[in-house]
Amino acid sequence: MKTFGGPALFLDRSDINTDEIIPAKYLTEITKEDLKPYILEDLKLPGFDPKGEKIKASRVVVSRSNFGCGSSREHAPWVFEVNDINVVIAESFARIFRQNMFNCGMAALELPKETLDVLFGYAGFADTAISVDIEGQKISVRGGGKEESVSFEISPFDKALVLAGGWVDYADSKY
Amino acid sequence: MGMTIAEKIFASHLVDEPFQGTRVLKLDVVMCHEITTPIAIADLIARGKDRVFDSSKIKAVIDHVTPSKDSKTATQAKMLRDWARRHNIKDFFDIGANGVCHALFPEKGFIRPGYTVIMGDSHTCTHGAFGAFAAGVGTTDLEVGILKGVCAFREPKTIRVNLNGKLPKGVYAKDAILHVIGRLGVNGATDRVIEFRGEAVDAMTMESRMTLCNMAIEAGGTSGICMPDSVTVDYLWPFISQEYASKEAALAEFKKWCSDEDAIYERVVDLDVSGLEPAVTFGYKPDQVKSITEMAGTPVDQVYLGSCTNGRLEDLRVAASILKGKKIAPTVRAILSPATPKIYSDALHEGLIDIFMEAGFCVTNPTCGACLGMSNGVLAEGEVCASTTNRNFMGRMGKGGMVHLMSPATSAATAIEGKMADPRKYL
Ligand code: SF4
Repeated sequence: MKTFGGPALFLDRSDINTDEIIPAKYLTEITKEDLKPYILEDLKLPGFDPKGEKIKASRVVVSRSNFGCGSSREHAPWVFEVNDINVVIAESFARIFRQNMFNCGMAALELPKETLDVLFGYAGFADTAISVDIEGQKISVRGGGKEESVSFEISPFDKALVLAGGWVDYADSKY
Repeated sequence: MGMTIAEKIFASHLVDEPFQGTRVLKLDVVMCHEITTPIAIADLIARGKDRVFDSSKIKAVIDHVTPSKDSKTATQAKMLRDWARRHNIKDFFDIGANGVCHALFPEKGFIRPGYTVIMGDSHTCTHGAFGAFAAGVGTTDLEVGILKGVCAFREPKTIRVNLNGKLPKGVYAKDAILHVIGRLGVNGATDRVIEFRGEAVDAMTMESRMTLCNMAIEAGGTSGICMPDSVTVDYLWPFISQEYASKEAALAEFKKWCSDEDAIYERVVDLDVSGLEPAVTFGYKPDQVKSITEMAGTPVDQVYLGSCTNGRLEDLRVAASILKGKKIAPTVRAILSPATPKIYSDALHEGLIDIFMEAGFCVTNPTCGACLGMSNGVLAEGEVCASTTNRNFMGRMGKGGMVHLMSPATSAATAIEGKMADPRKYL
């Protein structure tokens, strides 16, 4: 199982799409590792620099609704994976992106708006870190001298995929 | 209790329900293209599982960048080509026979009512036009589909969209779906099937129904879906005439899939299409839709006519009827990419290609090309394109470029004027 947690990157906007996460021109790369430098390259958001230090240090991404909409490209989860970001937390996800995350043994966690706002309350602190306990269904956030935790819902299937390390191994052993 | 068409397909293809709410379905067709499949192939090889579940149920095409534009895209094409040969995949389409996947595969008669279809491509929902459950998936789902012939889905909830009334002159399936997306919003149908019903849908050709279903994903939908009827049978007849004694027999069989009268919908949206105007998107999201009346006069640098949304013969016919005997504005460049070789050749024989060329269009081979900003018409920073494609995301057609989605008719009128123009005055 992968590790889920570390410094958090807050992307305070809805509908962040797969073209912003990884532009189509990089879809010609054959290995996941080659995608690494291009993470979120086309995302225009005040204060966000896709080539900056913050993104390099981040291990968790927190965003708003309909995250990962657009193309089916699994390059979107992969570009997070090769940058050691194994979990994205948002109010909602596009179906294919969410399924791709779990299929890779990663986590796309949905929180109701009010709960998500608790996490966004930590967006202003430079030292904010988030840790996720998949089995216990708990997210802990720490930063600016404060600490809180919230719980989340996850379908048993999605949980099984994370624990199995992804859908290929799960399906091949079962079907 | 009645069932929707999606529920019927799920029930008939159920392999396993590992957890409540998760359905593993048997797949009838697994489709592959050269962008998302090579990584699946590489991973299967790395896992020592370079196998396919059934080579006759796998369809593959090189379409996104073809002919290859550089070494990397050539390598992707080669990986798919070698794999198709290695596994004896007969339905593999390479240069000379290739075209945009969601236009090519229906044309070959691969999709039937009641089928389950996946592809590593978000616009797979197009094939729902035939009364199939067709969903775009990522590479891992595709990989498992190739290996095992199964895919997991959440229970389908259905939004029924009734397109009531008759489409007015100059208003097409593309305008209707843009209005629907404007109503539902870009995530209004996430994890939902959109069932297109109503008089206007009944009156549509299969091509128009494909345009409708193609953009279900732009509202977040898993699949668009239409009821199979005599239009479906007529379209498929060349492929099924050996299987059924008569068209009536085929229709009776296909009708079994149709949603029951008392089926339960999560939501019903009614839209009277008789009052619709041609639609154009104005921002970077497909639900940002205005009427052409509000948008007319906006200058554009490029007009693009093609893609899995609107690169079919009826689209070319409509655009050509507007362009006939006219020239595109000197300030604009226009590109036509017929979606398949058959469409290209039919258009050629009908004299449509001459009309486009005389008007000043560049006609390219069938490919996705500029639709996803990979080749054949990529925009420069700050340029604007009037496009018949389905996605207007920032940078979609090239970094810093802007895309306005519209119908083939509106794009033709726009080409003539060099700025967005109402097609109705040319009809
Ligand atoms: S034409 Fe565009 S939307 Fe359709 S499959 Fe090709 S890239 Fe995707």
